Amino acid sequence: MDFQVVVLAGGTSKALVPLVSKEVPKALLPVANRPVISYVLDLLEQNNLNDIIVVVGGDDAAVKVGGWISSAYVDRLRVEVVAVPEDKGTAGTLRAISRRLTASDILVVSGDLVSDVPPGAVAAAHRRHDAVVTAMLCSTPVSGPTESVSAGGKDKAKKPARCNIIGLDVTKQFLLHIASGTEVNKDIRVQKSILRAVGQMDIRTDLMDAHLYAFKRCVLQEVLDKDLDQKEKFQSLKKDVLPYLVRTQLRSAVVANSRAQEENGNYKMPTQQSQVMLSQLMANASTPSFHELFAFGPNGSARVPKRTHKCCVYIVPKDKYCARLNSIQAYSDINRDIIGEANHLSGCSFSPQNNFIHPSAELGSKSTVGPHCMLGEGSQMGDKCSVKRSVIGRHCRIGSNVKIANSVVMNHVTIADGCSIQGSVVCSTVQLQERVVLKDCQVGAGFVVTAGSEYKGESLAKKEKNISI
Amino acid sequence: MDPRRPQSQAGSSNDPKIRQVGFTFSLQNPQSLHPSSSAISGAGAGGVDGDFSSTPVASTCPVMIPPPRVPVQVPTACRPVAAGDSILAADSDNSGDAELSEEWVRSSSGMYSLGFSMSGINSPVATERNEEVELDFVDGTGAKMSDAPMPNKDMKAASKPLKEKTSKAERRAMQEAQRAAKAAKRAESSETGAHGGEKPAKLPKQPPKKKDAPLASSAGVSEKKGGDRSSEKDKKKDVPPPRMQYDDKSRVEKAKKRSVVKQTEARNRVELFQHLPQYEFGNQLQDLESKFFKLDPVHPAVYKVGVQYLAGNVTGSNARCIAMLHAFKEAIEDYHTPPDKTLIRDLTARLSSYISFLNECRPLSISMGNAIRSLKSCIAKLPLSISESEAKTILGSDIDRFINEKIVIANKVIVEHAATKVRDGDVLLTYGASSIVEMVLVHAYELGRQFRVVIVDSRPKFEGQAMLRRLVTKGLSCTYTHINAISYVMHEVTRVFLGAASVFSNGTVYSRVGTACVAMVAHAFRVPVLVCCEAYKFHERVQLDSICTNELDDPCAITRVPGRKEINYLNNWINKENLQLLNLLYDVTPADFISLIITDYGMVPPTSVPVIVREYRKEHLF
Repeated sequence: MDFQVVVLAGGTSKALVPLVSKEVPKALLPVANRPVISYVLDLLEQNNLNDIIVVVGGDDAAVKVGGWISSAYVDRLRVEVVAVPEDKGTAGTLRAISRRLTASDILVVSGDLVSDVPPGAVAAAHRRHDAVVTAMLCSTPVSGPTESVSAGGKDKAKKPARCNIIGLDVTKQFLLHIASGTEVNKDIRVQKSILRAVGQMDIRTDLMDAHLYAFKRCVLQEVLDKDLDQKEKFQSLKKDVLPYLVRTQLRSAVVANSRAQEENGNYKMPTQQSQVMLSQLMANASTPSFHELFAFGPNGSARVPKRTHKCCVYIVPKDKYCARLNSIQAYSDINRDIIGEANHLSGCSFSPQNNFIHPSAELGSKSTVGPHCMLGEGSQMGDKCSVKRSVIGRHCRIGSNVKIANSVVMNHVTIADGCSIQGSVVCSTVQLQERVVLKDCQVGAGFVVTAGSEYKGESLAKKEKNISI
Repeated sequence: MDPRRPQSQAGSSNDPKIRQVGFTFSLQNPQSLHPSSSAISGAGAGGVDGDFSSTPVASTCPVMIPPPRVPVQVPTACRPVAAGDSILAADSDNSGDAELSEEWVRSSSGMYSLGFSMSGINSPVATERNEEVELDFVDGTGAKMSDAPMPNKDMKAASKPLKEKTSKAERRAMQEAQRAAKAAKRAESSETGAHGGEKPAKLPKQPPKKKDAPLASSAGVSEKKGGDRSSEKDKKKDVPPPRMQYDDKSRVEKAKKRSVVKQTEARNRVELFQHLPQYEFGNQLQDLESKFFKLDPVHPAVYKVGVQYLAGNVTGSNARCIAMLHAFKEAIEDYHTPPDKTLIRDLTARLSSYISFLNECRPLSISMGNAIRSLKSCIAKLPLSISESEAKTILGSDIDRFINEKIVIANKVIVEHAATKVRDGDVLLTYGASSIVEMVLVHAYELGRQFRVVIVDSRPKFEGQAMLRRLVTKGLSCTYTHINAISYVMHEVTRVFLGAASVFSNGTVYSRVGTACVAMVAHAFRVPVLVCCEAYKFHERVQLDSICTNELDDPCAITRVPGRKEINYLNNWINKENLQLLNLLYDVTPADFISLIITDYGMVPPTSVPVIVREYRKEHLF
């Protein structure tokens, strides 16, 4: 279908700091016991997209990600892992691999996308409208676990301060305005020309950019190159490139239809007049989008059509799951969803009790694993434990009388007797000594929590340990 | 419609192949039967009288002719027919099973049937119509017209049939009788098929089958393509292939397995239209889109066009045809012959898969069918020794030429012709949105004619509005109304200009639903009806009703009342058991209501359509 896929796997994200580290780049962060990038790769594989370029920020991370991918997808996908310097931003990353892009359209996917939306849908919408860029929008997650009111309430209070403002046309097919992370009370500037051309605009705040884009290659490369002479490079696709394309859609400076123009040239119409007639015939027959109406002038008589390009959107239907792992909150949300309502994404078959316990896991007597739980390979659990709505990774050793709820416990974690973990994320190789109580905490890899300590809403990591203890 | 055509047709059907249309045929009066009719007709003859009144025209009958409303037996009316027929049949050679109306209806083969219908143009109808309308035939392309046997010649030829001039009522009765006979025959032939030991199950499925001509002929089963004289190739070319009858469960199941687009059949379908595909709308697009990357065999350009058809982004038969051809051109450019295959065969197969994909997205229009046929014949004509790249360039330029000659230049010629029919002070009425009519109006306006335009529109598509908008911005003075008011506005109208999706060889115009109504009202008001249609849209098929071939659109579209939420009484009623919604897309305007067809070969009466189809058929194949 002439699409090339670029997965932007990122490096070590700052937003996820206690969870990711030099050892665990973001792409390999386990979500329901699988690295997050595997969700994207599986999705692509299901859709017959077998040639993939994975771009990783930082050489070390690239080695790690590449190693993991080659071991996991050795005979299934042809993945090319490319390392780029970490601080380049998404646009810079694409610029760095610009030479490798050859197909007519490029699908850019963020490596932290957890979704079951077929990328083909985006690509098809892109092709159908002959758009320059098509962005996938998903509804903003209702953050916070529904159970623990405290965490949810806190985040909800925080969130509305900033929101994404997205302007769509009436048919919800074209993107007219996009501003991400604007403060709520700030004025929005909407371009008059666009508004006039389109007539009516829906402003939505309940949508967010899912970081799955289809770009026309020539346009993408042109935009990326163009910035070089302006001495002000676009950093981010989401914050710079996309708004730029949306802004300029009615006064297009990019050669959006270069291919079409070439084709038209090849038709070798005997006279210019027939050409005009043909194009008019086609234009009249198809329902014109506002772009075309604008291009042909107010009364359709403009001799030289104005140059426009289309920015389309694909809005994720309600019955599909789509989330991005871009914050710690999102991390626990996604984990919860994948062992809960979206468990078809997890890739393992859930038991009738709605949980997944690996056959090699050992449970002590009177230990209960509730619904919406996942227990990884080789983990051991002592007596009288209770696990609710949590993910427990591989080869964990959990003592007796441990209560784990709404939490994520990664691999090789040792939890001593009498601990209670609620709403927390415990990274790999952490040791929790006796009677530790954690509530809404993040514990970085390799951290040792001393016996009897209680934390609430804190982020614990190794470096801090060196300083504080 | 002219009832004499069938007879004359049957009469002069001296080509052996046309006779293989094998529905036994027995006339109302057995005396007129031809002695050497096939085994079946012999077998069937007995059954005729018995079956006659019952005439169980199953919905599985190969050609969906509606059952006769009244199984009339009008001996008086029939008599002349029968007589004329036997006379004519006599001058046809030994032919065996003569076919009357049956032949006439089902011969899609064009060539022969057109042969006679030319003589059938005789037509008092045509002449009287011409007087009535006071339109002169203008031979647009003078030279061409003169080589072609055109109406005036036909007039001469017609002298013989003229003697059996019948009144309208008589003709009608005759027609009814013929239909009844046909129905009876059909019922009976299916019986005989069973007797003959030829898999009887095959019978109802006949039309969808394409390649079982030998079997069909041996079994005396009618074969649509019976008249195709030219070899295998031609048969293959005959696109669009016989449509699937969607009331045939097993075939539908099979087709579903093959199909790419997941379609759910609508549950409630109007009885009479069950043979047409009707799907639940709404989720096909999503489904198809989600499969974007899974459809390897479909070329992206073709896929794009398919999605555009499905989403309704491209409508109008010219535009759809052009879009399709462009997609094919792109697909051909990217095509590489697999190592152990030949280009001609492989490319044809490849194209066929694209075509079936497009057909799933939306049933192909007749114009597209004709274009595909041309393209395929073009591929078939490629010399075997040609290199791949050469072949690709040739095909590419062929496609361009087709678009240019058959559509763009044809449009220009039509516009030129039609503009001569616009006089100062005229009030022109048009229905819906036709690209060609719009060009005519604009051209006439640019020539400085003083006229007014009435645009009649209808729910649910409101296609006229877009055209109205363009015309108004250009400065034409327009009136916009809905079809409900047609009889009122028709008073002041002096000409009706209509577009068409196709014109069949009996002069019937196949066009957007509502056209027939407009034409009929215009006819009643003695307003000339001019149909603008490019010749590449002509089809040799003969169609009497809009039931056999049609397209069903989203039934929900007619339940919604735009802009008035409070009276959307039918919301979510689509699956009510006792409610059947019918949203037809096309209808058929009988030739009687058409004064003139303006085509790229000039302005002709509808009765001359078969001549054009026949004479220029070769040309149509590039």
